[in-house]
Amino acid sequence: MKFGGRIWKFGDNIDTDAIIPARYLNTWDPQALAAHCMEDADPLFMKKMRPGDILIGGENFGCGSSREHAPIAIKAAGIAGVVAKSFARIFYRNSFNMGLPIFESRELWGLVEDGAEIEIDAGGGVIRIIGGATEPLHIQPVPPFMQELIADGGLMNHIAKGKAK
Amino acid sequence: MSMTITEKILSRHTDLDEVHPGMLINARVDIALGNDITAPIAIDVFRKSGGKEVFDREKIVLVPDHFAPNKDIESAEQCKIMRDFAREHEITHYFEVGEAGVEHALLPEKGIVLPGDLVVGADSHTCTYGALGAFATGVGSTDLAAAMLTGELWFKVPETMKFVYHGKRRPWVSGKDLILHTIGRIGVDGALYRAMEFTGEAIRELTMADRFTMANMAVEAGGKNGIFIPDEVTEAYVRERAGRKYEFYSSDPDALYHSVIDIDVEKIEPQVAFPHLPSNARGISEAGDVRIDQSIIGSCTNGRIEDLRVAASVLKGRHAAHGFRLIIIPATPAVYRQAMHEGLFDVFLDAGAVISLPTCGPCLGGYMGILAKGERSVATTNRNFVGRMGHPGSEVYLAGPAVAAATAVAGRLAGPEQL
Ligand code: SF4
Repeated sequence: MKFGGRIWKFGDNIDTDAIIPARYLNTWDPQALAAHCMEDADPLFMKKMRPGDILIGGENFGCGSSREHAPIAIKAAGIAGVVAKSFARIFYRNSFNMGLPIFESRELWGLVEDGAEIEIDAGGGVIRIIGGATEPLHIQPVPPFMQELIADGGLMNHIAKGKAK
Repeated sequence: MSMTITEKILSRHTDLDEVHPGMLINARVDIALGNDITAPIAIDVFRKSGGKEVFDREKIVLVPDHFAPNKDIESAEQCKIMRDFAREHEITHYFEVGEAGVEHALLPEKGIVLPGDLVVGADSHTCTYGALGAFATGVGSTDLAAAMLTGELWFKVPETMKFVYHGKRRPWVSGKDLILHTIGRIGVDGALYRAMEFTGEAIRELTMADRFTMANMAVEAGGKNGIFIPDEVTEAYVRERAGRKYEFYSSDPDALYHSVIDIDVEKIEPQVAFPHLPSNARGISEAGDVRIDQSIIGSCTNGRIEDLRVAASVLKGRHAAHGFRLIIIPATPAVYRQAMHEGLFDVFLDAGAVISLPTCGPCLGGYMGILAKGERSVATTNRNFVGRMGHPGSEVYLAGPAVAAATAVAGRLAGPEQL
């Protein structure tokens, strides 16, 4: 998997209430959720972003609740993927279970600002900063089992395949 | 090989004799939990992937607590999806309004989760049940769908951090203060992906209510689970509740830990965590002069009878400050009844409080105490993120019931000793 896009940068501990505030959880309609994506972190975010953009987070991205509404809102908003220094574990788990591409990189955050363009080569395990002087950055390798989840198209498909075996 | 309690429980739910940190395992689930926010998605995923029958109708628990009794039409629709599913699949542990309470207070109270269990819940505070000596962790809705269908789920075995609490607690210091202090020390990602094992002589003296409060907030330090070694306090709590067998596990003396953190309890005073992270904790004597508009006493963290007793002991013969909103939310119907019998309601009403039915309510900004821009609430809940209890420009200060009650009287952040 290879894709590129413009980035939006956020700080440490972006929690699930910032990604999609609990006051909107009386629905799980993806488009309704997407309308409020990142609202409490940046109220203008949905006005500024374009489909295909990439979110950059600091430490512990997605901390807080177990709500799958968070990756759902990000995906439905058209975000192509998330790169953070580290992820909170339930968000990490949910993203793989649902097929939202996420990557850990400790270096990227310090090297880019809003509007920069990056290219992610998941297979090759690198991120390139377009027009950037730095060498390609290595992404934390994804454990084989998680790669299998993505290849199968998420957890439920993975289970269905396992049952058919 | 020696194992920690977390590793032992995980291995007992697989066909492996032992597991060690980093291993990816498939484990059998004893209890799978969902609520009115997460279960509808799980049910949708369950149906879309062709699910016809649940793996065991007695091992699935569905609790409408977040926006129930239905706060609006959308919430009513979500609750209905869960209710219909519970009927269709004859789910034993479905709780209708009137029986339902905040899930993580309700399940232990009913004896549904027991020591030695492996529990998953589509709610991050599922880690609460670690207080019983169970492995319990929060998952997403898709995970819940998978567990409802197969009775199994994948896990990565976590490393364990051991927290050892030494010494005696000072007056008014509760489990909430110990955990807020701990999170303040290690940070909101200080235990990321790891198990938090709470031990030491100060822990053995804690009631189950205090232990639930501490395990509840393990996720606020990034932890996968929080866990206590079960003892006589655990036994006394579960004996009359359990309807099935349970097992006590403990860590081997030479088990391997990621790290061991010693905490001197005698130095800890009642805590308050300032906006907007649970780790912004400090002693109440260092809180400064902060005017507060509202106090929420309730939630899965501190809505148990022991918490209400502490609040009542502070509020007895006193009244909330002029113009202050004091909202008490017993976590379950049993807590509600008990508080009423003990006369705590009179104390609360005399203090100018309003008593809510059992619900999550304002804890996640749902209803029953939402904040306007610029308003501040002290709360016995577990999260003080931006916008958590209402307007993004409002503020939440986390504390135990003693500080939440004293603050109501003072109208600004205060502990019982400052009144
Ligand atoms: S009381 Fe608050 S933290 Fe607990 S389950 Fe309800 S919303 Fe979540």
